[in-house]
Amino acid sequence: MTGFKSIESLGAYMPEQNIDTDAIYPARYLLLMDRDGLGPYLFRDRRFDKDGAPKEGFILDTEPFSSAEVLIAGSGFGCGSSREQAVWALTGFGVRCVIAPSFGEIFAGNALKNGLLTLALPEEMVARIGAAAQRGARFRVDLEERILCVDNEIVASIDLPEGQRMALLNGWDETDILLREEGEAISGFEAQHRMAQPWLFSEQSK
Amino acid sequence: MGRTLYDKLWDSHVIRAYDDGSALLYVDKHLLHEVSTPQSFIAIEKKNRRVRRPSANLAVPDHVVSTVDRHLPIADPLARAQTQRLVENVARHDIPFIPLNDKRQGIVHVIGPEQGFTLPGIVLACGDSHTSTHGAFGCLAFGIGASECGIVMATQAIRQQRARTMRVNFVGERSPFVTAKDIALALIARIGANGAAGHAVEYAGPVISAMSMAERLTLCNMSIEAGARVGLIAPDETTFAYLRGRPMAPKGEMFERALAYWRTLPSDSDAVFDRELTLDVSQVEPHVTWGTSPEDAAPIGSRVPSPDDEAEPTRRERRRRALAYMGLKPGEALENIAIDVVFIGSCTNSRIEDLRAAAAVAAGRRVADRVKALVVPGSGLVREQAEREGLAKIFLDAGFEWREPGCSMCVGMNGDTLAQSQRSASTSNRNFEGRQGVGGRTHLMSPAMAAAAAITGHLTDVRKLTGAAS
Ligand code: SF4
Repeated sequence: MTGFKSIESLGAYMPEQNIDTDAIYPARYLLLMDRDGLGPYLFRDRRFDKDGAPKEGFILDTEPFSSAEVLIAGSGFGCGSSREQAVWALTGFGVRCVIAPSFGEIFAGNALKNGLLTLALPEEMVARIGAAAQRGARFRVDLEERILCVDNEIVASIDLPEGQRMALLNGWDETDILLREEGEAISGFEAQHRMAQPWLFSEQSK
Repeated sequence: MGRTLYDKLWDSHVIRAYDDGSALLYVDKHLLHEVSTPQSFIAIEKKNRRVRRPSANLAVPDHVVSTVDRHLPIADPLARAQTQRLVENVARHDIPFIPLNDKRQGIVHVIGPEQGFTLPGIVLACGDSHTSTHGAFGCLAFGIGASECGIVMATQAIRQQRARTMRVNFVGERSPFVTAKDIALALIARIGANGAAGHAVEYAGPVISAMSMAERLTLCNMSIEAGARVGLIAPDETTFAYLRGRPMAPKGEMFERALAYWRTLPSDSDAVFDRELTLDVSQVEPHVTWGTSPEDAAPIGSRVPSPDDEAEPTRRERRRRALAYMGLKPGEALENIAIDVVFIGSCTNSRIEDLRAAAAVAAGRRVADRVKALVVPGSGLVREQAEREGLAKIFLDAGFEWREPGCSMCVGMNGDTLAQSQRSASTSNRNFEGRQGVGGRTHLMSPAMAAAAAITGHLTDVRKLTGAAS
């Protein structure tokens, strides 16, 4: 995964609440076992009819917003299924940052693993930013400086737990870090846990 | 100050606490299914890693499997390949596996409890949002993504942000046909699909204590539909009686040792929750959903609400869109809505108790003429028991289809789908756009209510059919 530093782009606004991961990435494409190249399936049933013909009016297919790397939406974005394909489809399509009043928690966790920045901001601020996006405002999301700018004006600070910010900035492989830095702690914990709750370690469940 | 059940589960699994409030938690158990893990294994193998503790895992195919021809190869080549990939992955990594032709096979959230794999006091993860189901046993169970599945398998640990705590106290007397599903829908309607976001929700009170494990599982299952990744119920005698003798649960003296520990888990009487809520279930009626979010739930006797009742624009827009998608008009009586398909199944409502409730309504009646009705048991063992109890015969005599276990029409990945504009009465958990098939329209409800809809051909107050109306 490549690190997230800063982006500058238009913003695409979907003023709608509870956009779920089934809408973002329909279940039937979960049969594909890839994680790359899923952009074409993003919001598939909003963008295409049954026969694959494009539908009118979907914001990410409407010029000039098809190039937007920032998506702005109502609360509960990414609620529902845990499918990471929702994130892979967004990044595959070119979306790098989603701004909403709140997110599905599993979605937000998945985003973090894939360099997609989720930015939770107050509802009325999101509505204001969304309106600016509709007028074609330029967004700058800078994770090093921790600021969100709309038309060169700082509108919010980016307030992420430091561990998450560093992970995004550096695009680290989390398993590598855990095995390298916490391997001993994990083993130590495991040994204690085995003593305290031996019934969890009787290797009988095969 | 006392600690909540969540606090105890969290504290007992912290490997390391970080400065930013997150912690590295030890993961005791990991459930796998075919859909969310192919990419996880690719990530593990790309770096030549091994699964740290294979025996801490249990894998089963459920999402894409046919519920018709179990003895035949899966017809859809993609679904067949995905199921086969799971077989190969778990074999290479020595992970315990329940194959498709095993009678223990079923939906991952049904078989975990059924096999005694799910236990109180543990941290359990699975690449599936309805992992919240297992919290009914008083364990910290949550859904994760495919990358996290790979992390858990390789490290037996996961970094998490601590949730805020919320307790929902259920009081009052339930009237007949008000099930855990109705209570869950009523709660979500009240607090919203996002209402419990950021919280671990503990369900408590006399109503919960009196519930069977099946009902507790239904309630915890729906936690994620309220935005909560974690649902919890304190383990008690009902829990322990359920677990005793389960194949993968501890045995003999080890069970007694575990029991002594499990008894320490319930929230202390002086524990303080970040939020508390009380719901009087005597006010709850059987519920159905009318829209495209589980929060769009209402008592069966009510009418489709109007988008104009919503002041906030994005909410109004979602409602407007939902009604257009569902093909409904404000003011329509919910009971007048005709349905085409009935689906009784899913990890929410496919246990033996659910099938008994549906069969009690179906017995001696006939499925309405134009209605196609499916009963899909949650596991092979549930199916077998239902056959022994004569439930299968009741369903078949009434004109229901009696299927093999799996997720089936809950998610429509195995060929069981709604056609464009078809309308279902479904015991599953999500009425999202396209969830049961492109353009399909889903109304969520309890098994008894779904059976009633199958009989009459439209959404129906089951109490009218059974003479239980007050
Ligand atoms: S039954 Fe439905 S909700 Fe449950 S695990 Fe299967 S697809 Fe997911």
